[in-house]
Amino acid sequence: MAMTTMRPCGDFRTSYRADQTIFATRVTFAFVVLGVVLLACAPLVLNNYYLSLMIQIGYLGIAALGLNILVGFSGQISIGHAVFFGFGGFASAFLAEHGVPVPIAIVLAGMWTTAVGLLFGIPAARVKGLYLAIATLAAQFILQDFFVRAEWFTGGTHGALAAPFEIFGYDMSGDQRYFYVVLVFVVVMYLFAANLMRTRDGRALIAVRDHYLSAEMMGVNLTKYRTMAFGISSFYAGIGGALYAHYIGFMSVEGLDILFSIQFLAMIIIGGLGSIMGSLLGTIFMVLLPEVTQALASALQGSAIDKALHLKDGITYMREMLIGAVIILFLIFEPDGLAHRWRQIKAYWKLFPFSY
Amino acid sequence: MSTANASGASAAAAPLLNVADISLRFGGLKALSEVGFSVGKGELFSIIGPNGAGKTSLLNCISGRYSPQEGAVMFEGRDITRLKPNKRAAIGIGRTFQNLALFSHMSVLDNIMVGRHHLLKNNLLTGALYWIGGAQKEELEHRRKVEDVIDFLDIQHVRKSTAGTLSYGLRKRVELARAVALEPKLILLDEPMAGMNLEEKEDMARYIVDLNEEWGMTIIMIEHDMGVVMDISHRVMVLDFGRKIAEGLPETILANPHVKKAYLGEEDEALEDPDAVSPQAVSA
Repeated sequence: MAMTTMRPCGDFRTSYRADQTIFATRVTFAFVVLGVVLLACAPLVLNNYYLSLMIQIGYLGIAALGLNILVGFSGQISIGHAVFFGFGGFASAFLAEHGVPVPIAIVLAGMWTTAVGLLFGIPAARVKGLYLAIATLAAQFILQDFFVRAEWFTGGTHGALAAPFEIFGYDMSGDQRYFYVVLVFVVVMYLFAANLMRTRDGRALIAVRDHYLSAEMMGVNLTKYRTMAFGISSFYAGIGGALYAHYIGFMSVEGLDILFSIQFLAMIIIGGLGSIMGSLLGTIFMVLLPEVTQALASALQGSAIDKALHLKDGITYMREMLIGAVIILFLIFEPDGLAHRWRQIKAYWKLFPFSY
Repeated sequence: MSTANASGASAAAAPLLNVADISLRFGGLKALSEVGFSVGKGELFSIIGPNGAGKTSLLNCISGRYSPQEGAVMFEGRDITRLKPNKRAAIGIGRTFQNLALFSHMSVLDNIMVGRHHLLKNNLLTGALYWIGGAQKEELEHRRKVEDVIDFLDIQHVRKSTAGTLSYGLRKRVELARAVALEPKLILLDEPMAGMNLEEKEDMARYIVDLNEEWGMTIIMIEHDMGVVMDISHRVMVLDFGRKIAEGLPETILANPHVKKAYLGEEDEALEDPDAVSPQAVSA
């Protein structure tokens, strides 16, 4: 949020209120609203494959934003984000099974996950950097183990069934309907984060990241905010996980491994650390990249090149390698993430064609 | 803001800050030995001394970064020796740092708003809800106060810039703005003029005097520029090897033989006229 923004010529703010909006100009705001409206029309035109990708971007994007608040905004680290995502899913499935209406179960699951996140965030008050990374790694393994053993809560290795999303007796399951559920959650959660970052507690988080000694002198309680960042991050992860559980209808411990945690880290690094928009951009990138490479791989299969080089099964491996290569190249050429690239593009078009 | 306080030279009846013979040790190293002094309300008090004399350590004891093993720090008659640093903003102690300590990725405006942290009431929830819980109203109210500080320090043109991109002199000024924004009764300045050119120094001296006289803030300043120190301070204290070697009016400090030996350097011709003490004589 604290970036130098380029404002269009003639855009003078006459009140502090106008100067503290989330979106720099009315036009930007109008475009965002238009974008959301267009998205809301998506189920009418897109098929289930594309909708399922967008839903995936939605719930992962919420969880990624949580991690970005922890890593990008408050300058800490977690390599156990996946288990908080998972905890949210299990908690929501558990609550729904015990008669809590699913929409409420999702929010409650977020709160339960917050409590767990705060617990595992306690070391954050004491250790930093690599040491904290190892402490969060402990959370990853402890909770993964807990999911396998706590059969009353998670169904153990069999997993738990998650009730379909219903609101006022209206069934919202299925890609076309569930899309709206996720869309509402994404908009609300992203607005919350944007608001948070322009008020007292959000600023304190960033202050702790940038210079904790002087933040302390300004009256910021370091322990409180470092732990709180874990709480917020877990809340977002929990909501994301709960949305996932009720989308799939089933929650299992499988897939909640450290690789998934690292994938979350990749999303926010590619999207841009400390950028709210970047969290979503990074998620889009990480969700679409395998799909794009898959499309490329299938196009290659049986083509002239395939026959000439006898690739056969090698194509599958090439796909995996391509994903890795793209991520590495990205980090080399765009270390500040997609959010930064987006700002560059905006700045370019603002001046085009008079770039001096 | 309007309560002009130029009463000046001597400590007023009840001292705002009383440092009672504090000693600070790091293992075997004694950083401060039984340093005691008091600062009255409305005073501009300077601490000088050679490098490593313990000036910054002393400031850290007042701001709570370090807690002295012996002695006590009393603020407005209250013992704050063991009070946590983050609780000290609320009782009215602000400070700037010797090395720049801005939140370098935040805008200047946000930096200064962090200074008002302890004055803001909103929490996580009302902050996230912004339009509903009154956070917006509060932000706007405090924005006005912050703009007063921005106007005072003449940094309007950079209020939206990222703090890390500013020039050194401007960053120092933003840091002062941030400390002023928390509305302290006592403000601790650690070398506010280090590394500045003459013009920037003059500006900074002006701001410090204005803060003291117009805003009624009590100031404790560490500074190496003797010209400035002798010009604007009401009283000066000299530290050497963690001990207080002199305290008094600027004129008497300049004439003090111990101070000359430890810090100012013995230059006979400089004795006659305090204004003739050149920065070169001091930089040793």
